[in-house]
Amino acid sequence: MSEAILEVRDLSKHFPMGKSGWRNSQQTWLKAVDGVSFDLHRGQTLGLVGESGCGKSTCARTIVGLYPPTSGSIRFEGNDLGSLSARGWAPYRRKIQMIFQDPFASLDPRQTVGSILTEPMAIHKLGKPRERRLRSMQLLEAVGLNPRHLYRYPHEFSGGQRQRIGIARALALEPEVIICDEPVSALDVSIQAQVINLLGELQERFNLAYLFIAHDLAVVRHICQRVAVMYLGRVVEVADRDTLFANPSHPYTRSLLSAVPDVDPEVESVRQRIVLRGDVPSPLTPPSGCTFHPRCPEREQVPGDRCSVEVPLLQGSGSGDQQRTCHLDT
Amino acid sequence: MALLDVNDLRVRFETHHGTVRAVDGVSFSLDEGETLGLVGESGSGKSVTNLGIMGLVPSPPGVVEAGHVLLEGRDLVQMSDAQLRSVRGNEVSMIFQDPMTSLNPLLTVERQLTEVLELHRNMTRAEARRAAAKGLDEVGIPEPERRLEQYPHELSGGMRQRVMIAMGLLCEPKLLLADEPTTALDVTIQAQILELMKDLQERRGTAIILVTHDLGVVAGMADRVHVMYAGRLVETGPIGSLFKDPRHPYTRGLLQSVPRLTGDPDVPLSSIPGQPPDLAALPPGCSFAPRCSFVQPTCELDRPDLARLPSDEARSSACFENENLPAKADQ
Repeated sequence: MSEAILEVRDLSKHFPMGKSGWRNSQQTWLKAVDGVSFDLHRGQTLGLVGESGCGKSTCARTIVGLYPPTSGSIRFEGNDLGSLSARGWAPYRRKIQMIFQDPFASLDPRQTVGSILTEPMAIHKLGKPRERRLRSMQLLEAVGLNPRHLYRYPHEFSGGQRQRIGIARALALEPEVIICDEPVSALDVSIQAQVINLLGELQERFNLAYLFIAHDLAVVRHICQRVAVMYLGRVVEVADRDTLFANPSHPYTRSLLSAVPDVDPEVESVRQRIVLRGDVPSPLTPPSGCTFHPRCPEREQVPGDRCSVEVPLLQGSGSGDQQRTCHLDT
Repeated sequence: MALLDVNDLRVRFETHHGTVRAVDGVSFSLDEGETLGLVGESGSGKSVTNLGIMGLVPSPPGVVEAGHVLLEGRDLVQMSDAQLRSVRGNEVSMIFQDPMTSLNPLLTVERQLTEVLELHRNMTRAEARRAAAKGLDEVGIPEPERRLEQYPHELSGGMRQRVMIAMGLLCEPKLLLADEPTTALDVTIQAQILELMKDLQERRGTAIILVTHDLGVVAGMADRVHVMYAGRLVETGPIGSLFKDPRHPYTRGLLQSVPRLTGDPDVPLSSIPGQPPDLAALPPGCSFAPRCSFVQPTCELDRPDLARLPSDEARSSACFENENLPAKADQ
């Protein structure tokens, strides 16, 4: 495997919440991301999956510097990004770009497509205005839009087309890493497939590394080489794609996979869903020990109250480089 | 007699860009205890069909142009507002997509639940409260008595959707219109809600119209499916045979573009080329023709009607090329 371009180690992002009571009150913290580590390799895609509130988007925003990390390190080609000032970020900003979920909210409605695409180049002082315009047209072509649409406004495009504009904007600075935060979840199925295929083509053409954040496991399976599953701010399982989907080893991953509906009615009629009890607990007051233990369907198989007392560490399980945080069979 | 008979329902919206025919001649019927999946992409008219049945099309700009919606023989389209109010929430109820915005944030859960009971069942406050607590218990909400005192913001998304379902079922409706009931929820919570809806349906024999864009959810829930495109039904039939051998090119494209947990993940997904049509400027022929890979010259001139398949009486499709399509979609 190629070298890691992005190394995230023990990354945490805690948000201060209101204090309770008047005096001697404790500051409470929302631990949105709590000790997350992973490597992203050049030209590869790492999927970060989990349900709402598990911290996957906070993780993405911390990596691109939108939030300063509480602790831990983010190294890009060996340089630590976590401690950088806004000015210090500038050279890395070109290398790490982001695609957002909502194609309606992430484009400025008062800018033409041309100005949306040339703005990053102007900020980074790349080329002359004419060259920038030419490059924007090439970008539009690369994402499958008509280069003559440079002077149109975002509202003239459909959701799928807008997401293509968002992708073109991310490509404008020739990045090496693109953080994709739910890039297809707002799109219709037929359009979603177009955008997933486009992301795949662009990755090959420009040797991009994607951190692909999604909640749809079937989408993740189509685009990622490695997958990390998050629950309440922590990575509970990480493995290469084929291992994770064939042999999920964490009970949470197993229940997530069993809950994905399939389009074959015959499969659906015999499906045994692992239906989890209750809701995801509040990250303000996460359960003790393994944070998944109150909902875990396999907890009875671990003797004693180990699950509710001892925090399980991320460690190897099963074959190859599959890792999980679970007390089962240990 | 069918429980619900929708006949040639047409709804149009007058917009700045022109007239949009959101629902353009939709007809179907539904029996007691049956689940009908209404699928299609954004803007295909599936939600407006539901609103049309309920008499809830916002007017202006919406106009119900024509059609009959017969509930046990009574035409909902012809009813006065007062008559409709006695049907809505009582015999027919609706679950909306977004549990965040479809509950009133200023009222406690109790007030929202008891309102329908006091209105339709003439219950006293105390009776209604007991019935509401029982309703919450049925949808699997722990400590229903405590939840009744709470406001919607104190509940999680899954809880709110359960409250919505409980509210929809309190008066034991004959027909439940569920508009994307699980779209805003996570998969594990979605699994809980779907199991719950199935269970309640089995116990009470409620008929359900399930509107969704998620074909997987439909595959697990529905008995029959209706596929909509640009305001019209393009294919209808029993879930098993329709999903196994879709006859309309749009249904085929749709089913093939769904990423799945089976199959080779390294093969690129097949997708439908082009964009969904602009409803204010539909082509004269088949609305799907510009994106269709089986398109023939006639498709661009004439609009195909929904017609029964000669090979299977239970199924219909609106396509001139039905008989000429390759035998089975190679999925």
